[in-house]
Amino acid sequence: MSFPLILTQRMIDHPADSHLIDVYEGAGGYDVMRKVLSGMTPEQVVAEVKSANIQGRGGAAFPAGIKWGFLAPAEPRYLVVNGDESEPGTFKDRQLLERDPHQLIEGVIISSFALGVNHAFIYIRGEYPKPARRVQQAVEAAYAKGHLGHNIMGSGFDLDVTVHLGGGAYICGEETALLNSLEGLRGEPRLKPPFPAVEGLYAKPTIVNNVETISNIPWIIDNGGEAFAAIGDENSVGTRLFSLSGHLKKPGNVEVPMGLTWRELIYDIGGGIRDDRELKTWVPGGASAPWFVPEHHLDVKVTKDDVAHAGSMLGSGAVIVMDETTNVVAAAHRIVKFFAHESCGQCTPCREGTTWLENILWRLLNGAGRQSDIELLLDICDNISPGLAWPPKMTTICPLGPSAVSPITSIMTHFRDEVQAMVDLAAEPASA
Amino acid sequence: MTLAAVIPDWTSPNQERARKLLDAYPERRSAVMPLLYLAQLEHGHLTDSGMTQVAELTGLTPAQVQAVASFYTMYKRDHVGKYLISVCTSISCFLMGSDEVLTAVEEESDALDGTTSADGTFSVEHVECIGACGGAPAVQVNYELIEGVTPEKGKALCQWLRDAAPEVVLTDEMQELFGGVRSFDWGSKEAEGAVAPVPAFGPYGSAKREGRS
Repeated sequence: MSFPLILTQRMIDHPADSHLIDVYEGAGGYDVMRKVLSGMTPEQVVAEVKSANIQGRGGAAFPAGIKWGFLAPAEPRYLVVNGDESEPGTFKDRQLLERDPHQLIEGVIISSFALGVNHAFIYIRGEYPKPARRVQQAVEAAYAKGHLGHNIMGSGFDLDVTVHLGGGAYICGEETALLNSLEGLRGEPRLKPPFPAVEGLYAKPTIVNNVETISNIPWIIDNGGEAFAAIGDENSVGTRLFSLSGHLKKPGNVEVPMGLTWRELIYDIGGGIRDDRELKTWVPGGASAPWFVPEHHLDVKVTKDDVAHAGSMLGSGAVIVMDETTNVVAAAHRIVKFFAHESCGQCTPCREGTTWLENILWRLLNGAGRQSDIELLLDICDNISPGLAWPPKMTTICPLGPSAVSPITSIMTHFRDEVQAMVDLAAEPASA
Repeated sequence: MTLAAVIPDWTSPNQERARKLLDAYPERRSAVMPLLYLAQLEHGHLTDSGMTQVAELTGLTPAQVQAVASFYTMYKRDHVGKYLISVCTSISCFLMGSDEVLTAVEEESDALDGTTSADGTFSVEHVECIGACGGAPAVQVNYELIEGVTPEKGKALCQWLRDAAPEVVLTDEMQELFGGVRSFDWGSKEAEGAVAPVPAFGPYGSAKREGRS
C-alpha cells in the first residue's frame, strides 16, 4: 500500500515543531501560494479542485469543487473554515490545527484567491484553546511575512483572516448555525435554501469548508487534481484522517487512503481489540452514524458509497469501537443523551423527541423499563425521522434530530435481544 | 459615547482588547462572543451588567446578548471556582471509564457535578465530547486538556491544584503529571495557558508561565 501522507507527513518529519512557520517554509511551505498568486487564474485553481473530486471532510461528503461552483457572484464573499469539530469520536481537525496550522492557512489563501474572497474566518470550537492559540500564532506569523494582508506578494490580492472561538455548542458545526454564531446570534440552523453559497455570512455568498478539506488544497494545487483523484478508491478519493477511539489497542488519528476495508482499519491500523477480546460493534462515522457489526460489515469498503449502501455513513471519520463487554443500551443512551443536550430547540420533534428517548433509555438502564418501551422508542424515532429509513427522512431543519435515531435503530436491529432482556428484567416483580 | 465610558470598570488592557475585537469583524455584532468571554473574565462570571455592557458595545439589546449567552455552555451565569474541572462523559470517554473519573474528581474536589466547592477552589462539570477521544478519558482544567486520565490521576490532579495553586494552568504540564494515552503526538511544549475558567485564547485570558520559554 503506497500512498503519500498528504496531511500528516510534515508532522512525522518534524515531530516537535511542525507548527512553526520556519519549519513549514523550510519544507517547501507557501511555495504553492506563490505559484498560484504569480501564475494561476482563479478559474484554474477551481478547475484543479473540481478535478481532484475531493469530498468534503466535515461529514456530509459533498464534493468541494461543486460546492465552490455554486458561489454566487455578489460581493463581498466570504470563506469560513469550519473548525467546530464536535461530533463525538472526532479529533482529527484538532491535530491539523495544532500541528500544521500553516498548511491550513496556505489552503485558506489559495482557496480565497480562487473564490474571490478578501476576508476569511476560521471558526474553532471554544473547547479547543490550544488549537486556536496555534492557529492565531500562525496567522500572525503569516501576516508578518506578508502572506496575509494587503497586496500579498505584489499580486494585488488582499486577504484578512479572523480566528473566531465558539462557545460550546455542537450544533454550530452545522454550517448555517455556524454562520449565525459568527454573526453574533444563537447558533440555530437556518432553513435551506438559500444555501450559504448564495446567502451566507451577513447574507453574502459564503463557502463553508471543513479544516481537513482546506488542509488538502495546497497538495492538490501542487500535484494537480488528477494526482489526488488517483489516490484511494474511485468513488472516494484521496487520503483521510480517521479518528479511532474506544476499545482498540491503538486508538488515535491515522491518515490512510480511502478504500480500505473496515477489517483492515480496525485490526491492522487500529491494532485490533484491547485484551484480544471480541469486537461487538462499531460506529463508522461519528455518533450520528448507524452502527456496524462484525457479522455483516467487516469487509465493507471504507468509502462514501460502500458505507452508504450498507446503511450508514463515513461522516466525520470518527470510528468508535466497542468490544464484547459493552452494554449497548448504555452506549446508545450515552449517544442519545449527547444529542438531547445539544438540540438547539427550534424544532419540536428534535427538542422533545431526543429528551424522551434519553429518558426512556435511562429508565431501561435503571431497571424501571416497561414492556411497551421498545415500541415507544421506535415510535418517537419515527416521529423524528419518518419510516426510519437511511438516509433519514427529516421533520426538522437540520440532521441533529435524526442523528439521535441512529443509535436506537442500531441496537434494535442488531441487539434487540439485549434490549428485550433489559425490559424483561425490569418487568419481574421486585420480590422475585 | 466612548468605549471607555461603556466599560469603565474593565482594565485598560481589556478595554483595548475590546476595541480590537470590534474592529476584527465586518459587523460589530459578530464580536459579541469574544466580548462575552472578556466580560466573564472581568467579572468572574457573566453578570447582568456585563451583558448590558456587551450589548452597548455591539449595538444589540441586552435581551439579544442574554439570548446568545444562554445558548452556549461556556458562558457561565453563576460564580465559578478558581479551577473549572470539566470531565468528558461522551461515548468514547464513557467506554473508557469516564464515569469513574468523574466520581473520583467529585470526591477529591468536594464539588459534585454541576457545583462549586465551599472554599471556591473547584467547580466540577461533566461535559459533552471535547475532541480527545483517542486519549479517553479526557479532562480539562480551565479548558486546558489532559488525556488518558484515570480515577487515581484525577484525584491527584485535584490535590495538586489545591496544593500548588498554579496561577497559570498549562496543558503540557498537567498532561505530563496526570495524563496517559494521547490522541496524537503533541509535539513541543507550550508555555501559554489559562489564568481563569475562560478559554485561554488571544485576548480572553491566556498568559505565559514565568520561567518557561
